[in-house]
Amino acid sequence: MPEDLINSYKTGPDENGRFGLFGGRFVSETLMPLILELERQYEHAKTDDSFWAEMHDLWTHYVGRPSPLYFAERLTKRCGGAKIYLKRDELNHTGAHKINNVMGQIILARRMGKTRIIAETGAGQHGVATATVCAKFGLKCVVYMGAHDVERQKPNVFRMKLLGAEVIPVTSGRGTLKDAMNDALRDWVTNVRDTFYCIGTVAGPHPYPAMVRDFQAIIGQEARAQMQEAEGRLPDTIIACIGGGSNAMGLFYPFLNDNDVRIIGVEAGGKGVNDRMEHCASLSGGRPGVLHGNRTYLLQDADGQILEGHSISAGLDYPGIGPEHAWLHDIGRAEYVAITDTEALAAFQVCCEEEGIIPALEPSHALAHVLKIAPELPADHIICMNMCGRGDKDIFTVAKALNFDIAGD
Amino acid sequence: MTRIDRKFAELAEAKRKAFVAYVMAGDPDYDTSLELIRGLPGAGVDVIELGMPFTDPMADGPTIQLAGQRALEAGQTLRKTLDMARAFRETDQTTPIVMMGYYNPIYNRGVDRFLEDAREAGIDGLIIVDLPPEEDAELCLPAQAAGLNFIRLATPTTDDARLPAVLNNTSGFVYYVSITGITGAAAPQASDVAPEVSRIKAATELPVIVGFGIRTPESARAIAGIADGAVVGSAIVKQIEEGRPVPEILDFVRGLADGAHAA
Repeated sequence: MPEDLINSYKTGPDENGRFGLFGGRFVSETLMPLILELERQYEHAKTDDSFWAEMHDLWTHYVGRPSPLYFAERLTKRCGGAKIYLKRDELNHTGAHKINNVMGQIILARRMGKTRIIAETGAGQHGVATATVCAKFGLKCVVYMGAHDVERQKPNVFRMKLLGAEVIPVTSGRGTLKDAMNDALRDWVTNVRDTFYCIGTVAGPHPYPAMVRDFQAIIGQEARAQMQEAEGRLPDTIIACIGGGSNAMGLFYPFLNDNDVRIIGVEAGGKGVNDRMEHCASLSGGRPGVLHGNRTYLLQDADGQILEGHSISAGLDYPGIGPEHAWLHDIGRAEYVAITDTEALAAFQVCCEEEGIIPALEPSHALAHVLKIAPELPADHIICMNMCGRGDKDIFTVAKALNFDIAGD
Repeated sequence: MTRIDRKFAELAEAKRKAFVAYVMAGDPDYDTSLELIRGLPGAGVDVIELGMPFTDPMADGPTIQLAGQRALEAGQTLRKTLDMARAFRETDQTTPIVMMGYYNPIYNRGVDRFLEDAREAGIDGLIIVDLPPEEDAELCLPAQAAGLNFIRLATPTTDDARLPAVLNNTSGFVYYVSITGITGAAAPQASDVAPEVSRIKAATELPVIVGFGIRTPESARAIAGIADGAVVGSAIVKQIEEGRPVPEILDFVRGLADGAHAA
């Protein structure tokens, strides 16, 4: 449609992988030919009907898509304002949105003849999804995970091992997601011939941010159709949490040109967006820089050294954000806010009690913001929030935060 | 003509191979590091690669990673690295200094301001690992315009189709990364590297220097023998990690330099 080309927010990235100032291909020469080849292969697959047919078949029969759109009646009553809908991506196989993207990348890796898959993981959800799909296709899987995260996400570490993946604890830096990504890149630069790097979020060098977004866009495409069916119209506000920002980008992208839809991304505010940087809110508390192959907003000190953020949620504990979010932030198409650990924990409990859904700590941040704004909005205002993961993996962290002893040893 | 160009012209005249040494600026602390780089020319080093510490050195192995962490913990910043180069220039006007590292600290300082400071501090060239030719507009072109060499890495994955793009806008010398991997990884076999060096030399007039994995005088000699010189980094940095005094480290460097020069 010609009107899509005019004044569209959906045309990025450009041929250099840029969303405005952000994105790009800031990688070492060894990796450059690999990401150019990946781009060629992805551009080809993107317009190949058989590629998408395979994806949709697996999404339907293996992942369990479409995920439901659920009217959260008791949360709505409790807030006494806007109608709250949850897009139930936590019901996917492996318990989060991560598998949407992994499926796409692994199908691509198979087409490229790659036999060894590497991935980084924070909360372990992307690692579990990657290990799962590798098991399904009989591929070798190596997952890099910060040693600190290995400690706080033990159930997911065990899941990955059961699925046949090798989990390598990363001790460099502070041992979190950023350091796991460094070590995955070091692995890739060493094993260039047979290895495919399956990045878990909408960050990294071009074409990853665009490719991962395209694989996650199924969330927003479904939500759009389901909302039309449920309410006969689009939502007024859509909300998702952001670490790197893949579930958010997946929800937001199909709505970008619906100018009446308000878009809100929720970053991890940790202990508060302050000078001590005890948070992971790159947009609220960072500034543009270059890391992990792309230019984006980063938490950094005066010398341009990358800072370790803090969040109760391992999945949001990343000092950067996908470059498309950085661009949407700068042009004002999306708003970005921060929610603290304490607010997220409270929302986690509310969700359990009111809806019988144990959410992951990541979407608990998005929910906390929903609980903040819904009471102030009229009853005919519709909010759609992405419930991007379930909280089974987080019960130990939450128990500790609530001073509840479940260790039992 | 930069100090790098002059140095390689001299070496070519004398039919000598180059020995390039990498050290991390500020490792283990500013004063020790300055003392070490001041001693490098006397130990036979032809070109100094001065590492700029960065929290996330994605192309580096554990040895260089730890060196960067030590330097940062000791308070090293980009500004102090420039100060260190300036202090070195007080006693040495001829040995080329190439700053090597990652883009973010430079981007953070501002490219124009950085280039002005680098020139004024006596820096001759830059090797920025995460700036491939596709991102030349960021720093490579402004650096060349400011009279600094921009030295590119060529790697085993740089095929013939891509090589011209890598060599275009490269100046000073070409740094051939002898293996696919990170710094300090397994040693390359000179016989494996030789055809690659010939392939690159056939496409450029610039000297081709080989690095990654070289840690002994014998290996430096073998590699320098099939190229225009050899780079050693991790093996020297390891000496600092082990807490050896500067004179001992310089003796170690002299052994490597003698190896390369014997080729």
